[in-house]
Amino acid sequence: MLRLEGVSCGYGPVQVLYDLSFEARPGEVLCLLGRNGAGKTTTMKAIMGLLPLTSGRVMLDDTCLNERPAHQVPGLGVGYIPQGRRLFTEMSVAENLEIGLMAGGKGRTTRERVLEMFPRLRERLSQRAETLSGGEQQMLATARALCLEPKVLLLDEPTEGLQPSMIQLIRETVETLRDQGVAVVLVEQRIEAVLSLADRVKFIENGQGREMVATEELRADRSLIHTYVGV
Amino acid sequence: MEFGPHLMLAILEGAVGAAVLSLTALGLSLVFGVMRVVNVAHGEFFMLGAVLAWFVATALGGHPAVGFVAALVVAPLIAGVIAAAADWLILKRVEYDPEATIVATIGILYIMQQSALMLYGPEARPVEPPFNSRIALPWVEWGENGLALFYPWGFGTTTYKLFVIVAAAALLVAFWLFLTRSRFGLIMRATQLDRETALAFGIPVERVYALVFGLGAALAAFAAVLIVPISQAHYLMGGDPLLLSFIVVIIGGLGSIRGTILAALLIGLSDGIISVFFSPTLAKILATLLVALVLVFRPQGLFGKKPA
Repeated sequence: MLRLEGVSCGYGPVQVLYDLSFEARPGEVLCLLGRNGAGKTTTMKAIMGLLPLTSGRVMLDDTCLNERPAHQVPGLGVGYIPQGRRLFTEMSVAENLEIGLMAGGKGRTTRERVLEMFPRLRERLSQRAETLSGGEQQMLATARALCLEPKVLLLDEPTEGLQPSMIQLIRETVETLRDQGVAVVLVEQRIEAVLSLADRVKFIENGQGREMVATEELRADRSLIHTYVGV
Repeated sequence: MEFGPHLMLAILEGAVGAAVLSLTALGLSLVFGVMRVVNVAHGEFFMLGAVLAWFVATALGGHPAVGFVAALVVAPLIAGVIAAAADWLILKRVEYDPEATIVATIGILYIMQQSALMLYGPEARPVEPPFNSRIALPWVEWGENGLALFYPWGFGTTTYKLFVIVAAAALLVAFWLFLTRSRFGLIMRATQLDRETALAFGIPVERVYALVFGLGAALAAFAAVLIVPISQAHYLMGGDPLLLSFIVVIIGGLGSIRGTILAALLIGLSDGIISVFFSPTLAKILATLLVALVLVFRPQGLFGKKPA
């Protein structure tokens, strides 16, 4: 289980997160919802150790992630699909996957399993990542993170700019991972996607944690969405 | 000597300079590409390589080849370790801030230069080449009886100069294979492309930085060991390689390995040819003018990428 306890952090002197706490359980999809600039991406970076915490801690089961150097976090089972995918664009598909395999996974077995999930990538192994379509790039970003065989997967706006068929594929992948017991933390702006995919939603406003609610409740009453997202 | 052989001789001289320059500039480009650090002390690692070559060759004595081969191994190794230590002790402390690292590497430059003056002295000292036979080169000319082969007077080179060209080319190929085929090469390229994402995929970026800074220095030191039997080891010899390396990486494109090597060939060869036919000063003036033109019309260099 991933647990944030009173996390505060920011960029240099600019504090973004204030005393944020929540937990993501194995086998659930937790969505972080809030307006632009609320601190959702910063939360993802704080979990990955890419930003130093000013207070609080990030726990993965009994391991305190923020006491470890950032490069050890993926090896402990936290996969990250950043906003905008952040592929190594000048490298081939195979090399991007190789980078993912370096931090975790079971080498060739994991690679084969991931390529079975995204057969289109197998056809493009020697192709440079920058030459892939937007949807294929998202597949690669997802596949690269899955090479770690993560216990927790952080997805930051995975459907941004994708066509419906690709969104459906990402959705199916997330559901498969949930069924396999992976805790998925999702940042997503498309409300309908959130309501159909997430199990729970944590609202964030101005860097502060607000209500944590089950998605069923939100489907019945959208007033919280209106309050914190404005739609 | 006629124009043809004279030009060929100039190209050969230029090729020796280009070979050494490509290794030195590659080190500078590598450090900037991966770490975004402008290493002003790079020329001093070149000087360190030459000075260490003299120490090793003198300490071992015997046949010049023994000292030379030992220097080819030991000097880059020591320069690399010193650079990695400097990275760990200084550059890491300033968090690789671009402005702070320029000042820090200027500090490293003076520390190394003055240490060399104290320990090595102000004299320029030669290192004997492992072999240095004169080779007379043939030339072909169309005469009354068709093509004729002859040996123009003064048209030749030495086995050692040819060795420098071959050794530098071999190292460049080895480096290219290392960068594109090895696991550490993959890690270096990932760090160069996106530091934060590399970190998010378990790459220990600070350790990579230390190794890259060491590798950059080792390349400069290796280049110096190659050239020191032709020139001499001196504590102030780092200035010229630094200037030429900057010229090369600006023309080639900061951080572009391919651009660096091609620009080194261009600058090295033109330097040789212009120096032979006109003067070395004119060669430097034209190279600097080319840098100015590149900065005005193509600031990212010939092979660099425009910042997004």
